[in-house]
Amino acid sequence: MSLPVYQGPFKAAQAERLLWRAGFGPKKGDAAQLAKLGLVRAVQSLTRPGESKLVGPEATDDKGNPLAPADASGHDHLWWLDRMVRTTTPLVERMTLIWHDWFANSNDSVGSQKLMLQQNNLFRKYALGSFWDLTMNVTKDPAMLIFLSGLYSTPDAPNENYGRELMELFTLGADRPGGYKEDDVREQARALTGFTADADEKTGDYSNFRFDPTLHDNDVKTIFGQKGNFDWKDSVRLVLTHPNHPSFFVAKLWSYFIPTAPDAATQADLEQLYISGKYAVAPVVEAILKHPALYTGPSMVKPPVVYNAGLLRALGRGVDTEAWVYLSSQAGQQLFYPPNVSGWDDSRWLDTATFQGRWNIANYALTTTSLDEGKPQKALPKDPLKLTRKALAAAGAPTLDAETAKLLVAFSTAALGAAATDPDGRTFPAMTFNAIRQLAAVSPAQQTC
Amino acid sequence: MKPCNHCADFSRSTLLHRAAAEAGRGLPSIEPGMPLPAGTGLSRRTFLSRAAGLAISVYGVDKIGLHALESGIANAANGSTGRVLVSVFLPGGADALNLLYPAEDAIYRQLRPKLALPASAGPVFSEDTRLHWHPSLSPIAKLHSEGKVAVMPSIGYDHPDQSHFTSRHYWEVGATDANLRTGWMGRFLDTVGAPDNPLQGLSLDGALSPALASTIVPVAATDGASYGFSTDHVTGGVEQRLYDSLRQIGATAAAKPGWTGVAGNVQVQANRLREQLVPFGQEGFKPPVAYPEGGDDGFPRQLAGLAAMIGAGLPLKCVSVTGPGGYDTHADQPEALASGIDLASRSLLAFQRDLESRGLQDRVIVHVWSEFGRRAEENGSLGTDHGAAGTGFLIGNRVNGKLVGEFAGLKDGLDDDGNLRATSDFRAVYSAVIEQWFQADAAAVIPSAASFSRPKLIR
Repeated sequence: MSLPVYQGPFKAAQAERLLWRAGFGPKKGDAAQLAKLGLVRAVQSLTRPGESKLVGPEATDDKGNPLAPADASGHDHLWWLDRMVRTTTPLVERMTLIWHDWFANSNDSVGSQKLMLQQNNLFRKYALGSFWDLTMNVTKDPAMLIFLSGLYSTPDAPNENYGRELMELFTLGADRPGGYKEDDVREQARALTGFTADADEKTGDYSNFRFDPTLHDNDVKTIFGQKGNFDWKDSVRLVLTHPNHPSFFVAKLWSYFIPTAPDAATQADLEQLYISGKYAVAPVVEAILKHPALYTGPSMVKPPVVYNAGLLRALGRGVDTEAWVYLSSQAGQQLFYPPNVSGWDDSRWLDTATFQGRWNIANYALTTTSLDEGKPQKALPKDPLKLTRKALAAAGAPTLDAETAKLLVAFSTAALGAAATDPDGRTFPAMTFNAIRQLAAVSPAQQTC
Repeated sequence: MKPCNHCADFSRSTLLHRAAAEAGRGLPSIEPGMPLPAGTGLSRRTFLSRAAGLAISVYGVDKIGLHALESGIANAANGSTGRVLVSVFLPGGADALNLLYPAEDAIYRQLRPKLALPASAGPVFSEDTRLHWHPSLSPIAKLHSEGKVAVMPSIGYDHPDQSHFTSRHYWEVGATDANLRTGWMGRFLDTVGAPDNPLQGLSLDGALSPALASTIVPVAATDGASYGFSTDHVTGGVEQRLYDSLRQIGATAAAKPGWTGVAGNVQVQANRLREQLVPFGQEGFKPPVAYPEGGDDGFPRQLAGLAAMIGAGLPLKCVSVTGPGGYDTHADQPEALASGIDLASRSLLAFQRDLESRGLQDRVIVHVWSEFGRRAEENGSLGTDHGAAGTGFLIGNRVNGKLVGEFAGLKDGLDDDGNLRATSDFRAVYSAVIEQWFQADAAAVIPSAASFSRPKLIR
């Protein structure tokens, strides 16, 4: 096995891409510091993190009160966004986001922020752990049992919902050569019977989720040609040991980090790494993050929450407003509300509607430090280039390509030049400062990584 | 209006509908006996349709891509001359005995010692001179005198349910069935609609209307929200130059490979849309006739925008909009009812005139309804409690401007609970609209349609 490792220069630019793909972008100085470690140690600092901490001011709602993530509407989103902004182990949060998308449950139908957070902590616990353990635990997770109808699936009326998605979306993929058949879906449903919970008569809320052997189909089932009195653990075991699983797992995991498919040799080597590692996720992620395709290949779109968290990290601003919930939703991603069980569609992040959402996220992130054009701003440089530099420094020093940087200076020159003839010209320097920051934050170079 | 303590279910109904319209987002748990609004859980996708010039949310039919919907709208819009039904809902249960009141009836004055209006207050209803129009309905009375309004003075159904939520649900689904999950207009569109034109069933309330909830074809909602973006503390000449720069930065990036190029293209498109899109009903849009202005002008703007959409050839078939005001008048009824009805009827008159000035008057009818009427006897708070039969109007140039169902009077016309008995059935009206207006099969849409005798609604 010889998985290729990126051999080119590993400078701040490469380190920054790594921080975006495997996290939520750099805080001030992060990229340069990471670059000093060199590629391998830089990657390992992410895949083999120390204890996780949250650094910086704690998140609050609009009134300055602590969040109530299990109870207050939208606070679930803010709670997680805050972790993305303040964590010292960004890949752990990013993997948690990946599992949320992989095993996508929406609170739309789960109807309990508490259970969604419980599931979220499960994803976090196994973020870089074992996919085997993760899938086992997801299968009996309360939110999943509600979302994919695992509750009350009985021997008389087995529900095929979870069994089908377990194979199609979580472990094997649909319509592949040598794949599962409709008979397997039906038999999986029988094997997965037996989960139940108590429903509160008044609220309808569920509690006491459990496996009840008396509600389980105890007859012989036939799955993938094997016969046995299978239960839910067998269900998971059978899909994870199915020959189609490693290739599905590797291709899907890879797609979260690199937008073009791996070459055949890389795909095969990653599958072998996965199986020889006994379903450990970290070694596979580590190999992907070291792969040349990550550094030399095309750019990816930052998912809306990654864009949002990254802006706040760069600006050194904490989560201090509930606006992020609707703004993120406007940009196409409200945490805990993926559109359906297959998660968010990465090919649909950018359109004119979501652009509006991203614009508003940038404006809202910058507004607390924008300048009031009605007040004298004596410290502002009169020189367009210097004003541009000062504005960018106050926007978290976003990395821009040369053309964009040049166009911003041209904008600064034109706006300051017009001030002389405009009756409101004295307000132009402050407004130009604000506009440069907005243009940089929404620029294509900043929407992608 | 004083807070209504025993009407918690009404605000809850509103909440539930809003939540359902948001495709189940944050749906509160359902209380026993409350039917789920039709369309609950339908998926929603929002996009800016250039063919429609609108930001629209599409409900249902996930498998059709947004590009296909965009071209579906454009194709359907091509020379669209079809008929349109506009459903206007007056929320809360509007008081039939105040909208058209039996001025000289002794029982009326006895039941309504404080709320009864004098005969001199409102114009006489020409088809049944026992009744007078509420003064705020004068604009509708005017259209009626032109033969353009069919009045349903006591419309409802047998075994009336006095829950806002349940009764509204019945009207929305077109059946007295708490478990039906599709709207009556949604089912109609399922039988005649296009698989790729969401505008055929359009809610103007910004969220899915349960009456439009379909299972086969897509439907849509818009709030006419304008497209645009602004930057705090950037205006005037600097803002104009900011957009120039936005376009240049986008165009330069668009030439790059991968997603950076896509991001550049989207930036250019977004800026172009910002320049071009002047949505219907927003500033910058001028209707050909005067609509009511000032105060809460949401409803007249929605109707003005709707006339413009139909005029622009957008492929609409069934449109749903919530009327202004709140009609759950348990207290202080005179002001509450009059203010809502005044704006509603002046707006509806302006809409009719707008259609006439555009030459669209033979293509559009408007159905005005409320979930029920109110108790004949007033309560002690200058208000009335939940009743049974209510008032309905069908308005339009092609409407057969004749009474639908009689006014049975207060001596014989009340049920055991003291509520107005229905003399016409909403399902009969729906069936007649489907058959006579849309020339379609009512039996495929309204359960037991054959059991309702049809009024002649269209001429």
